[in-house]
Amino acid sequence: MPARSDGLPDRDLLLPGRRSTSARVAQCAVLLAPIVLTACQPAVLDPQGTVGIAEKTILIDSLAIMLAIVVPTIVATFIFAWWFRASNTRATYLPNWEYSGRIELIVWSIPLLVIMLLGGVAWIGSHELDPAKPLISNTPPLEVQVVALDWKWLFIYPGQRIASVNHLVVPAGTPIHFSLTSASVMNAFFVPRLGSMIYTMNGMTTQLNLRADAPGTFHGLSSHYSGDGFSDMHFEVEAVSAQRFAAWIDATRGMGPSLDAKSYAALARQSVNTTPFTFRAADPGLFQQIVTQQLPPGPGPQTGRPNPSVSPQTED
Amino acid sequence: MLGKLSWAAIPLDQPIPLFTAALVGVVIVGVLAWVTLKGWLPYLWREWITSVDHKLIGIMYILLAMVMLLRGFADAIMMRSQQALAFRSEGYLPPEHYDQIFSAHGTLMIFFVAMPFVIGLMNFVMPLQLGVRDVAFPTLNSVSFWLTATGALLVNISLVVGEFARTGWLPYPPLSEIAYSPGVGVDYYLWSLQISGVGTLLTGVNFVTTVLKIRAPGMTLMRMPMFCWTTLASNLLIVAAFPILTATLAMLLLDRYVGFHFFTNEAGGNVMMFMNLIWAWGHPEVYILILPAFGIFSEVISTFSRKPLFGYRSMVMATMAICVLSFTVWLHHFFTMGAGADVNAIFGIASMIIAVPTGVKVFNWLFTMYGGRVVYSQPILWSIAFMVTFVIGGMTGVLLAVPPVDFVLHNSLFLVAHFHNVIIGGVLFGAFAGYTYWFPKAFGFRLHEGLGKASFWCWIVGFYVAFMPLYVVGLMGMTRRMQHYDVPEWRPWLLIAAGGAAIILVGIILQIAQLAISIRRRKELRDETGDPWNGRSLEWATPSPPPSFNFAVLPSVEGDEAYWGMKQRARQQAMPGEEPPYADIEMPRNSPTGFICAFFATFMGFALIWHIWWIVVLAAVGAFATFVVFAWRDEVEYVIPADVVARIDRANRTARGETFALSGTPS
Repeated sequence: MPARSDGLPDRDLLLPGRRSTSARVAQCAVLLAPIVLTACQPAVLDPQGTVGIAEKTILIDSLAIMLAIVVPTIVATFIFAWWFRASNTRATYLPNWEYSGRIELIVWSIPLLVIMLLGGVAWIGSHELDPAKPLISNTPPLEVQVVALDWKWLFIYPGQRIASVNHLVVPAGTPIHFSLTSASVMNAFFVPRLGSMIYTMNGMTTQLNLRADAPGTFHGLSSHYSGDGFSDMHFEVEAVSAQRFAAWIDATRGMGPSLDAKSYAALARQSVNTTPFTFRAADPGLFQQIVTQQLPPGPGPQTGRPNPSVSPQTED
Repeated sequence: MLGKLSWAAIPLDQPIPLFTAALVGVVIVGVLAWVTLKGWLPYLWREWITSVDHKLIGIMYILLAMVMLLRGFADAIMMRSQQALAFRSEGYLPPEHYDQIFSAHGTLMIFFVAMPFVIGLMNFVMPLQLGVRDVAFPTLNSVSFWLTATGALLVNISLVVGEFARTGWLPYPPLSEIAYSPGVGVDYYLWSLQISGVGTLLTGVNFVTTVLKIRAPGMTLMRMPMFCWTTLASNLLIVAAFPILTATLAMLLLDRYVGFHFFTNEAGGNVMMFMNLIWAWGHPEVYILILPAFGIFSEVISTFSRKPLFGYRSMVMATMAICVLSFTVWLHHFFTMGAGADVNAIFGIASMIIAVPTGVKVFNWLFTMYGGRVVYSQPILWSIAFMVTFVIGGMTGVLLAVPPVDFVLHNSLFLVAHFHNVIIGGVLFGAFAGYTYWFPKAFGFRLHEGLGKASFWCWIVGFYVAFMPLYVVGLMGMTRRMQHYDVPEWRPWLLIAAGGAAIILVGIILQIAQLAISIRRRKELRDETGDPWNGRSLEWATPSPPPSFNFAVLPSVEGDEAYWGMKQRARQQAMPGEEPPYADIEMPRNSPTGFICAFFATFMGFALIWHIWWIVVLAAVGAFATFVVFAWRDEVEYVIPADVVARIDRANRTARGETFALSGTPS
């Protein structure tokens, strides 16, 4: 059982963690009426990593807290609107009723109490799930450096001195510490089944900690629009066993080009729908050079109609 | 000579914009020809284009908003159909076109649909509700409108000459910098918004001054109708927030035009600064839009429940609380930037706190209906639909304000569903409620009820079918602005969403039909009384449409719900009270200043986009000269003689006197 972040109020009260499946389904049906059919399908609601599981719990808890007030409000709207219709002679008419101190007190208190409760959830959740906070684990984290390029992802494994484009292989059960930057424009790194996303920005490093609890293949993507080739900026994350990860490292070291300043400059040029490939060797200082802009930011579009200064176009 | 402009800038190889432009061109030429042949041009120039009457300017704002709604909705249909088709394929819109469409959709819907719609309603209604003759600065009001129209025109020119921004509706650098967007698209965006932004800021100044300084005798602040309060709050926000937008866009312009480095990757530029600044405007902006809508719902729910608004003071407090709090929450738009737990948590909680006054408002509307006699006409249908829809949208908004939840839903279609849920369910439903509510006041006849209700049902059903699936695909990890995708689970939901857009399309067609048929049958739908809904505030004391001077004699306000009180007194006496002493009325003269100024601004904006510097200079001189000429004018006002005023007012009093005599005792 994965370690779950503690201290989230009311989690056990509202979502009794690990009871029978039928009980959970029943609860889903009550809590998520509009999306009940898919309650166990969507990636964000079917997380496969520590971080994602904790975030899903907070999502469901917060939703439940709010539904407790939202559903009665909607029902009351319909009831009031229907009962007090002009044609209903049985309804009392209070043509001058416009104030009630008691009701005022209640209508200010209810949202205030709900928000105090949710505020607590937000405060604790923000601290527990801060993307920069290392995950608690006995296994030392794997370092992965992520560079968002136009329009592909470069994953550098500084410890293993290899790199990969549009394909991320990680050992399941090991925390991964990502350092992220961008070669040019903003992007966001996001693997919905694992949890938190984070921006990548040129000249800056952001931090993210994730873990895949079990082997599997997950869809990853850029979740911040970055230009014409944005839609193809997705990648597969393969979480594999430690042995298979070691084997993959070995295999990668045996083939492909090597990543240095020159091949990086070629890679940094705009391209769309890049097929995944790997670098047998990667300069471990490269990431730092990108962040500190010793390697200049990637260039923008070079052609256009009739020229780039009117309407730039992307070369394929 | 013509800067970057050449024939090659027209996308002759792209049939969609070309065909659209041709169609629009034919329609414009056709309308112009028709108007000219009918000999209506002098009338239009005299009575509308040069008008400084707040009511006519308000109507023109709303007309602009409705036309732009059609354009923005065409973009929406294209986006929904593209995403329905583009599963493991390119669909029918290549990225460079699709990216322009979603950028234009957002820009148009916020700046040239929602803004003009609410500003138009405020323009029309607020001075009438305050019991005065016009806004504080009538000519400035006309300048504001025409500058807004200039912005809208420039965005639409980009359809055929060059391109529009491909950066999204907020042009985040460095993508919007010259290195990554060297084309004219971002410049179209920037100059359109700079020009229309000046107009909006002037509106803010104008309306704040009006509400604070110009009210009928006895109309204290705490006697103002709720809509005037929300107008005040909204315009205070405009005055405070729009300069931030202008400054931010000016910095980006400096980056792009003269090589500054505010937000570039190089030379110490900082993109995070842009995001903070743009959202320091952007978050108040959503309250600029929603607060007037809240005001409309307050008016409508009270009028159609035949009851005063419940908890008026609470509502005022809630409005002003939202006004202040809206400036403290901007960071929730980028929790995923990695600011750290304390910062995220504080802004998350601050964002949630806004839900408290908003929640209070919902409950107070609920209790306004309690004990009422709810008459189901179009405006209240929109209002009830709003209450239900907005509560859902508010809930998903608070959900996104929880930082760990935002970490998995930020930028997803869940977010897209959320803000459409509040902007359509809140602002647009509010605008439609206001449109159907005040239409008889503006034109003297009601809108066709059956078609209006049919359109309402299409809108509400279409909205839920179009946007609830987007919540689901958001939870499936689908991010926004994707031109194509290859995740099979997303597809069914996107197909349903496209179906929803089609249902909304039917709703829009029915709205157009409603307007056309109502105009044709205006005799049957005529409202002689000027008070078709048994209203409670002063705008219903005037004839429909109100005369240019609004009130023959400024009304004397003796309590809350000014006109309701007058009616009660009149009913008790079975007559509309003593005839007041009539006097000459001085009204501001019409002025072409706004139109001419916008004419020059259009050329200036276009020339700036295309680097045609000599036109920039000429147009700037022209616009400045227009102001100088206006400033040196001799005749400011014209006089409406007392006997004309008396004739108009007596007719109004007779029509009302009959109803009072008929109704007898107060109900």
